[in-house]
Amino acid sequence: MTALNRLIGSTPFRLTVAYMGAFVVAAALIVAYVAWRANELLTSKAIEALTAEVASLREQFQSGGPPRLVAAINERTGEPGSGLYLLLDAGSNKLVGNLPRKPSALVPGGQGHLFSYQRPSDSMGAHERLAVGLSVPVSGGHTLIVARDIEDQRQFAATIGRVALWSFGLLSVLGVGAGILISRSMLARIEAVTETSRKIMAGDLSRRIELSGSGDELDRLAESLNAMLARIEELLLALREVSDNIAHDLKTPLNRLRNRAEAALRSPDGPSSYRDGLAKTIEEADELIKTFNSLLLIARLEGGAVAESMTPVDPAAIIGDIAELYEPAAEEAGLALAVSAQPGLSLVANRELVSQAVANLVDNAIKYSAATDTPAPVAAGAAQATAFAPAITIALTRTGRAIEIAVADRGPGVAPQDRERALQRFVRLEKSRSRPGAGLGLSLAAAVARMHGGTVRLEDNVPGLRAVLSLPVDGPHPASALPSRAKR
Amino acid sequence: MRVLVVEDDRETALFLQRSLKENGHVADIAGDGELGLALAREGGWDVLIVDRMLPRLDGLSLIETLRREGARTPVLILSALGEVDDRVKGLRAGGDDYLTKPYAYTELLARIEALARRPAPEEQVTRYMIGDLTLDRLSHKVTRGGQAIALQPREFRLLEYLMRNAGQVVTRTMLLQNVWDYHFDPQTNVIDVHISRLRSKIDRGFAKPLLHTVRGSGYMIRDGAE
Repeated sequence: MTALNRLIGSTPFRLTVAYMGAFVVAAALIVAYVAWRANELLTSKAIEALTAEVASLREQFQSGGPPRLVAAINERTGEPGSGLYLLLDAGSNKLVGNLPRKPSALVPGGQGHLFSYQRPSDSMGAHERLAVGLSVPVSGGHTLIVARDIEDQRQFAATIGRVALWSFGLLSVLGVGAGILISRSMLARIEAVTETSRKIMAGDLSRRIELSGSGDELDRLAESLNAMLARIEELLLALREVSDNIAHDLKTPLNRLRNRAEAALRSPDGPSSYRDGLAKTIEEADELIKTFNSLLLIARLEGGAVAESMTPVDPAAIIGDIAELYEPAAEEAGLALAVSAQPGLSLVANRELVSQAVANLVDNAIKYSAATDTPAPVAAGAAQATAFAPAITIALTRTGRAIEIAVADRGPGVAPQDRERALQRFVRLEKSRSRPGAGLGLSLAAAVARMHGGTVRLEDNVPGLRAVLSLPVDGPHPASALPSRAKR
Repeated sequence: MRVLVVEDDRETALFLQRSLKENGHVADIAGDGELGLALAREGGWDVLIVDRMLPRLDGLSLIETLRREGARTPVLILSALGEVDDRVKGLRAGGDDYLTKPYAYTELLARIEALARRPAPEEQVTRYMIGDLTLDRLSHKVTRGGQAIALQPREFRLLEYLMRNAGQVVTRTMLLQNVWDYHFDPQTNVIDVHISRLRSKIDRGFAKPLLHTVRGSGYMIRDGAE
């Protein structure tokens, strides 16, 4: 496939040539029609004039007989640029006129006939000229022929035809040239896109298509392709990060699992230690499965799988149920769990996922509060009123278009510089690494929030942590979900 | 109990067959969906265990076909897909319970036993009795040895579920799903604390405990004599 073949095979070239072809054919038809009509008109005008002349010559004949007619014809042929005349007697002999003989194509009667003749003046050139004439019988067996030379008209028409032919030819050449030029510029830009996509396929995901800056449809196409590439790159990076983190998060417990099994096998105590080892192995495996499930769920949520399962839910019921579920566990840890909900709120969300997100926040709050055992600071005046201030509070409020569920604890909190990181996918703060299963809770809550078009933010509860799950009241909007993704 | 295991992974199927046999059940294996459907149509099964991804005929279509034909045998769906939507799809197709791989055998056993013994909707029991413990579903009253016990609404539902499955192991996941309607896994063992609260209300002060912990599996309510 040579460059020329590719050029000729290109869509812009074919379109240009097809357009030019159609244009030339249409123009040729119009010009031909106009020329034909003009010729017709001129010829019929000539015949009209001839008919009038025949009538006046006939009058001459009637008033003065043949001599008068002969005189009239002589007079007329004497004038410069005169018409053509011929008067024949009954024996077809020429009596008078400037035509050498009766043209064979000219038969009596009819609307006028075309014939060719040789003008006597330039007989040496033997030039055939075109004329139109009438042949009418005059009384006494005479035949009168009156004709007009239309050779000039014919030559004019021929010139027009030639000029039209040349210009159409020229037009076609110009059209093909324009086609080549247009397709070359289009091809160059499309080639650039092809080239970029090849490079991307070869593995360089950071490549983008260059824009011409004109803002035309090709630029718009390139822009949306670039946006698509950016999204793909982002997803791929996320995927890479996910697999790295999964590998990291699962390798350690897997190794522990293996060591434990090996130790049990080596143990000299026999069956009882095997049993013990196996039981612990199963426990470890269960923990692994839990971690794996959380990772998988986060990955699914991050993957932008928009759940169809969004329904109107009662946020107060969600936090009420979760509080009810965790209340005994909190109490056992020596913590009070208090709920406050602004009444009459509704939310479009996935109940299960929002419950899970809130559960994770509460779970974290209990774990970290229990770990530190910080006594809640109680104001002196309020000391009598409340035996001990609720260590963990779940509050439901509405601010603007968002429903906010805030879970606050009195634990050690998260240092401001660590807050952003704590919400990222699969990131665990070093402190929580030793605790199995912990740490993914915040990431999961953040993933749930993002899937709903909302956010999780971490604030200082002085002391402690206040984690706020903020969800749009009417569910995620595709438009608002995208930019929030793009920011990351 | 006769169990049909429709599972294409031979090792898993044999493991289930052997384990179920140890627990006193009889299990047959179908290695693909078409064979599974043919065997299920023969009838006489107490429970079907159906994998979702099967050669020839997928698990959901198998269940849908059976249900269309009027078969009411309880079905436990096994699947590697565990998202909320997948579970809903499985149950909508006519499955009675859904278990995500990887699962613990004890979990599976507890679930199929609960399925096989599940009373048909028409036989609505209004009152459960285990030993001297009585739960009245209509008046929402619980008594033990003639003594009224005050329970929170959730504790009542928890006890109700345990008593409906009396004599059988009930796992923490089953409780979380059936009593709280949550399908996720709370990292802390919140259920244990709820159980110990319930236990302190129904068992404390009585000579014979009714609510037992089954190590490694879950809980069971039963009369000690049983």
